[in-house]
Amino acid sequence: MSFILKMAWRDSRASRRRLLLLSLSVVFGIAALVAIGSVSANLRRAIDEQASGLLGADVIINGRIPATAEWAQAMAAPGVEVARERIMATPVAAAGATQRTQIRAIEGDFPFYGEFDVKPADALRRLRQGGNVAIVSAKLVEQLQVRVGDTVALGRARERFTVIGVVASYPGSPPQVNFAPAVAFIPFAALSPSLGLRANRLDLRLPRGLVAAEFVKGLKAGFPDSGLVIATADERRQQLDDGITGFDAFFHLVGFVALFLGAIGVASVVHVYVRQKIATVAILRCLGASGRQAFAIYLLQGFALGLFGAVVGAGLGLVGQGLMPALLKDLFPFPIHFFISWPAVASGMVSGLVICLLFTLLPLLTVRNVPPLAAFRSALAERASGVFDPWRVVIAVSIPVAVAGFAVWQTKSVRFGMGYAFALGFGFATLTGAAYLVSWAARVFFPSKMPYVVRQGVANLYRPQNRTVLLLLSIGLGAFLMIALFLTRSELMAQLQGPGGAGRPNLLLPVVEGDELEPVTKLLSDQGAPVVLQTPFVQMNLLSVNGKPPGRRWRLPGAKDTVLFATHRDHLNPNETVKEGKFAGTAEPGAAEVPIALSPALRRGVDPVLRLGDIMEWDVQGIPMRTRVTAVLAGSPQFQMAAGRRYEFIFPEGVINGAPASYSLGAHAATPALAAKAQRAVTAAFPQLEVVDLSAIFAVILRVFDKIAYVIGFMASFVIATGIVMLVSAILTGRFQRIRETVLLRTLGASHRQLVLIQLVEYAILGILATVVGAMLAVGGNLLLAHFVFKIPAAISPLFLLEATAAVTLVTLVTGWLANRGITNHPPLAVLRQET
Amino acid sequence: MSDLPILKVERLTKTYPTAAGPLTVLHEVSFDLAAGASLAIVGPSGSGKTTLLGLCAGLDRASSGSVTLAGEKLDRLDEDGRARVRNQHIGFVFQNFQLIPTLTALENVLVPIELRGASAAAGDYERDSRDLLKRVGLGDRYDHYPVQLSGGEQQRVALARAFVNRPKILFCDEPTGNLDGDTAQAMVELIFGLNRERGTTLVLVTHDLELAQRCGRVIRFRSGAIVSDMPGSPAP
Ligand SMILES: Nc1ncnc2c1ncn2[C@@H]1O[C@H](COP(=O)(O)OP(=O)(O)OP(=O)(O)O)[C@@H](O)[C@H]1O
Ligand SMILES: [Mg+2]
Repeated sequence: MSFILKMAWRDSRASRRRLLLLSLSVVFGIAALVAIGSVSANLRRAIDEQASGLLGADVIINGRIPATAEWAQAMAAPGVEVARERIMATPVAAAGATQRTQIRAIEGDFPFYGEFDVKPADALRRLRQGGNVAIVSAKLVEQLQVRVGDTVALGRARERFTVIGVVASYPGSPPQVNFAPAVAFIPFAALSPSLGLRANRLDLRLPRGLVAAEFVKGLKAGFPDSGLVIATADERRQQLDDGITGFDAFFHLVGFVALFLGAIGVASVVHVYVRQKIATVAILRCLGASGRQAFAIYLLQGFALGLFGAVVGAGLGLVGQGLMPALLKDLFPFPIHFFISWPAVASGMVSGLVICLLFTLLPLLTVRNVPPLAAFRSALAERASGVFDPWRVVIAVSIPVAVAGFAVWQTKSVRFGMGYAFALGFGFATLTGAAYLVSWAARVFFPSKMPYVVRQGVANLYRPQNRTVLLLLSIGLGAFLMIALFLTRSELMAQLQGPGGAGRPNLLLPVVEGDELEPVTKLLSDQGAPVVLQTPFVQMNLLSVNGKPPGRRWRLPGAKDTVLFATHRDHLNPNETVKEGKFAGTAEPGAAEVPIALSPALRRGVDPVLRLGDIMEWDVQGIPMRTRVTAVLAGSPQFQMAAGRRYEFIFPEGVINGAPASYSLGAHAATPALAAKAQRAVTAAFPQLEVVDLSAIFAVILRVFDKIAYVIGFMASFVIATGIVMLVSAILTGRFQRIRETVLLRTLGASHRQLVLIQLVEYAILGILATVVGAMLAVGGNLLLAHFVFKIPAAISPLFLLEATAAVTLVTLVTGWLANRGITNHPPLAVLRQET
Repeated sequence: MSDLPILKVERLTKTYPTAAGPLTVLHEVSFDLAAGASLAIVGPSGSGKTTLLGLCAGLDRASSGSVTLAGEKLDRLDEDGRARVRNQHIGFVFQNFQLIPTLTALENVLVPIELRGASAAAGDYERDSRDLLKRVGLGDRYDHYPVQLSGGEQQRVALARAFVNRPKILFCDEPTGNLDGDTAQAMVELIFGLNRERGTTLVLVTHDLELAQRCGRVIRFRSGAIVSDMPGSPAP
């Protein structure tokens, strides 16, 4: 053993720098895995610690809470604490300004969990004591310019409340201050009927040992038709956890791309390294070393290399992790305390080491088969790599298995994991195929009329020991992965940025009554924010569904009639598609059955389920009407934001146009400042109207997406770094391989310029070809990803592809030129003395 | 000195498959060599001398026939077994030196010893190796790498390496082929000197007839077969 150690150490002496460069290939991949693993461990711990704080309770029940003895009985399970809450939206006024505000009348020990960050600190205690007092959110303070001690007027009845505190954050408040709505908390007992429409809510704290899911199941079983919406902290935690898993898997796969690329680099360099070591191995064999000993020497070197890469990678990964908190902190609705997750560090290092070793073993196995006779005849050395070795088969099978295993493990999905591994394998095979095609073409279509340097450069593509396969693989795979990553990134970004696009409404007035429509529209356009979207709503009374009267849960609490809203238009909105049936658009006035469409806003699972073909009978403001559901629409969620008020049914044009309607308006102001000004003007003239300034929200969304883009770019940089390391090591290796020949050429009188040109011709051909093939693969991969995984339209810019191809080729040439700079510095004598 | 042959070659045949059909380069070659004897093999280029040497040293497998070295039938041994025999009984000197370029002169000499295992690499052997290097006139070049040595010096390191494991038999394949006259002469003196001192059996392949005559026995080779087997005229 000690001989092997000593020999491994001594033998590495001449090539240590090359070996270190080699270990750099895996450093960035391991760093990426460690950074992502550690960050996601941080996030998971934060979620575990804070999930109940996000809701403020173990269970929250929204909806029409039954006022029956059975219900009270069910809720009064031993140890369950209940805090009642009523929530409503109403204008709040102070000193001339009005702001539509969410009023939350709270009771009991709400919130049971989480932080209620209020100033002064005793305000919550005073609120629980009752009286006409309110704790208001920072947004309200800003809009109404009120301070603690001031009085505000709530609702149309202008009930007076004293502000006793300002709350900065409370369970469920959004992470972004700009998203925070105007909220006022008041005591439950101070609630008066004049405050208008209200939603009921119960906050529950369960005793230890009572599982929320069980409790909720019991409630649902006992009150099947109550239409309640029940949320538990566990569900919330699960949702967040699922979100993290997606995020985690995506970034792990990106990190793995870097690792895979690096491992291919390692394999290729080791392949060349082993060729150079065949003479040494043969001599060792002549001197009595067994094949196993010789193999152990180089395996040890490979292992040391991987270990070094893993340690440096882990260090770099932790540095990377240190940069992440600043990027991530606004993206999550809770504070994240960053710590080093050693399991994540270990799993990153082990994954890296295993992949690195597997890729090292493949070329290294040759060492076992070097015959001692190769010391006499170098032709035999060539043959060593051709010997059939069952281990080679084992390793060759293990690599794809390990890659697929890793991908499945990270995505927790066999389908995606296998897809990912298959994509990598396909890229690998295509590039290898292209490489053989190039060698073949270079030989068959040899440019025998070209100048010497070109001929020599082209000949390099197919001569023995050529690096065509290697360089094409490294450059091509690098280009493939990077271009695919950037294409996908820009598509995702375009998708996310959608709602902020030019000309879209950035001021929203969800409810404008018919008599307000004209003056409001005029005011808006006077203020430089013309209305660009006007959606009518017709209030109608549902009489029956398929002949049966609608159930109780179709109704608002306390209401006698089933009042629903519908709109009418003859076209689909740009982001709507017909999921089932056929969209009618028009209908004859007085038709027996009016074809209607179910809007994407119809809350599935909450609302009663309606299906294609259902017959509904209505009382539209006194006129009876019979409709049939002929289309079910699907649409993207951004749509709802722009549409404002929810409407469930789309009538064809011309049927209900005569009925009195209310409207939802969208206005477009050129700048955020104009939008703010228009908002103030409307609120001053029509204090009862809610005006939502989307431009502020869009600005925040864009900032958040910028951060996500930055994180993606950060991860991509690991791939790029690996690609460049790989390129440099491939070129340096090639240079090492060709040194004898270079020296001979020099001895025969070649100039430095000629030698460099020969190399550049080779690199230019390989660079362009590899990038073109890589780009083609990337486009294909991107199409698949966009279609199957992200379900978004693929947008491929030819200009970007052109730029990318030019950039990668340029990088190849520059790297090639730099790496070959010292090519003529070697004393020829030293080289010629070395016999191989 | 024992009468038992240290090297016994019986009906040794070697055939290489080539594109133009099988090519037989050794035809049923047989001879014995007594321990302590010295043998020169001469013959034109391509006659199969290196092939024969390689087979005798267990560097390749014969197509038929057998080689017995120091009482062990090489064709019955597996590759590891032959490696052990080489390490214990055989020394080599090649025409093109074959030093390991990444090791110093001393380290190159030590390799066969170190291959045997940790305990054997103790102080004695290191002193032995230094002595051997001194003996071949490289006492001040221990830490030099092969590229820092001339061809003659490299060949002397190779010679020291060949003797360090106290081999029973030394195989030299044109040891002076890459050296100039004077250097070659010095090398030859070293080979014979060390050989005598250590009582090693010597098998020497050469083109140099004068050199061949210094061996106790000369085998002439042509087209893979022995054409004559005569005593040489070694200097007293
Ligand atoms: N792997 C092989 N395949 C085919 N023929 C081979 C192979 N190895 C050697 N030969 C042939 O065997 C014959 C003997 O070669 P060998 O090297 O033994 O000759 P040699 O006597 O040592 O010549 P030299 O004096 O030039 O060193 C040659 O004709 C050679 O071409
Ligand atoms: Mg020969």
